[in-house]
Amino acid sequence: MIAFLLRRLGVLIPTFIGITLLVFALIRLIPGDPVEAMSGERGMEASRHAELLKEFGLDRPLPVQYADYVYKAVKGDLGRSIVTQEPVMREFLDRFPATFELALCAIIFAVVIGIPAGILAAFKRNSVIDYGVMSVSLAGYSMPIFWWALLLILFFSVQLGWTPVSGRIAIEYDPQVVTGMMLVDTLLEGDFEAFRSALSHLILPTIALGTIPLATLARMTRSAMLEVLGEDYVRAARARGLSPLRVVGRHALRNALIPVITVIGLQVGTLLAGAILTETIFSWPGIGKWMVEAIHRRDYPVVQGGILMTATIVILVNLIVDVCYGIVNPRIRH
Amino acid sequence: MPLLEIKNLSVHFGTPERPVVAVEKLDLAIDAGEVVGIVGESGSGKSVTSLALMGLIDAPGRVSADACSFDGRDLLAMKKRERRKLLGRDIAMIFQDPVTSLNPCFTVGDHLTETLAVHEGGSRKALRARALELLRQVEIPDPERRLAAYPHQLSGGMSQRVMIALAIACNPRLLIADEPTTALDVTVQAQVLELLLRLQRERGMALMLITHDLGVIAETAHRVMVMYAGQVMETGTADDLFTHPQHPYTEALLSALPENNVGRERLQTIPGMVPGAFDRPAGCLLAPRCQYAQARCQSERPALRGNPPCQVRCHFPLHADGIKE
Repeated sequence: MIAFLLRRLGVLIPTFIGITLLVFALIRLIPGDPVEAMSGERGMEASRHAELLKEFGLDRPLPVQYADYVYKAVKGDLGRSIVTQEPVMREFLDRFPATFELALCAIIFAVVIGIPAGILAAFKRNSVIDYGVMSVSLAGYSMPIFWWALLLILFFSVQLGWTPVSGRIAIEYDPQVVTGMMLVDTLLEGDFEAFRSALSHLILPTIALGTIPLATLARMTRSAMLEVLGEDYVRAARARGLSPLRVVGRHALRNALIPVITVIGLQVGTLLAGAILTETIFSWPGIGKWMVEAIHRRDYPVVQGGILMTATIVILVNLIVDVCYGIVNPRIRH
Repeated sequence: MPLLEIKNLSVHFGTPERPVVAVEKLDLAIDAGEVVGIVGESGSGKSVTSLALMGLIDAPGRVSADACSFDGRDLLAMKKRERRKLLGRDIAMIFQDPVTSLNPCFTVGDHLTETLAVHEGGSRKALRARALELLRQVEIPDPERRLAAYPHQLSGGMSQRVMIALAIACNPRLLIADEPTTALDVTVQAQVLELLLRLQRERGMALMLITHDLGVIAETAHRVMVMYAGQVMETGTADDLFTHPQHPYTEALLSALPENNVGRERLQTIPGMVPGAFDRPAGCLLAPRCQYAQARCQSERPALRGNPPCQVRCHFPLHADGIKE
């Protein structure tokens, strides 16, 4: 198991180098140079331009700039935002808990509904339930997030008035920041009114963000389950007089979960990409909204840092998923 | 009263409008402690018969029978739950491919203790001790270590021994072995078969041995049933059947045995194939492949004649004097 972990960690290094190279190249690919790009449409004197290049260290050879960038990034220094002059890392850490809370709720929503729905569809294959689950999930998968989010707001917030339209919590509550996650912080304060407010703000963004992962998981679980249900060991388990619940819930599910777990890991990428749209629509103060704003303001250090951090998170989550995969699948471990 | 009694068992697949016959009007009785061999080519309905008996035929398959009773209890009238209680406890089954019949996510010990827990219960420690004892009985070396092994760490022969241990875990009175040695190396085949027969003798289990290896049947079975395209072609005691086969198909199977072909250039074979789902002959199912076939065989389907244990489905049995109407 330890050797397996070390192997997986070893693969991380080239992946990380690849990401930093991409992020580094990104800002150099802009026509002209970053200073020109930042100055926008107003012109700039040549002497001031050279001065700024020197100030940002952009006059040095590219390999030196790259080495410097990676060295600082590893230490947690992602530069400063051009707009706010705040360190990018601090801005990221301030906003990350909001995105984390939303993404976590979305993935829980997707897993808790998607996997049982997939199992049910496989177990009752070719029935009304199966066709129902499959067509609803196809519809969910095909819907653009922004449109789906707007529909949700129009119906539940505007028509029915059940949930707030945007934000994380009603304005009268201001829980002290401990974890940065509203649900946890309000509970820590013991303020249940605030907790309810935070929860009601979370519901629609969670549904909007979790729908695509949910649909993917339901379909994936169904096909994995169908394959496993046709295996010899399932028939052999039935021949030993085990109940259908035991055969499906223990013997089949354990094997069907192996590919599903990989898919859950891959969904984290989808979630963070989807968070950009969802957060923008629901005014959710997370990293998605932060990055969109940075792009509008041409705040390149923020964009760069945001991409690097997001990519790192996706990689780390997939490492964790791989470890879980090893636990579920004994053939990987040995 | 026989331990197992099946009357007029039929299994169909496909749609009701275009049914595919897998097993047609099969009668079978097995006494306690008896070894009955079922032989036939691939596709002759041997495995489907055993799966139907276990209640493991799923839709769109349809099973019908006039009677299907075990130890005097009607399996077909039983509630699903009741029937499941019999499976694995009184009736156990082992399959052709032991490697894929074990769940790759569970250890050998998990498999054994689960089956024991479901049917008999007991403390964790007691279950483990029982599992260990079972592995010893199927002659698995180093059983303590094997309990923690995953299926992919076992060889084919070892896996089949584990499957046998699982099958005998609750002292079944009937063991169905569906081609138990086909997927194994030749050297291991004899060992596994010997083990099965030793357990059968020691425990007085009835054994339904399904195989396409007539050699195996000759050495082990008391009675034999020969199947072809879902029908019983001939039944008889092992001695009679091997010395005086009544049915041309049985004779052809025997003459195709390698040991009956010593000194010849080529092995004898039966020309043609088992009829498929939609090309079943109107007359005798074997007629297109039978060297003795006559006009009557092409047009009229023969019935199973004679009294158990010796019956034959042929218009012109090879030793007609042996058949009593």
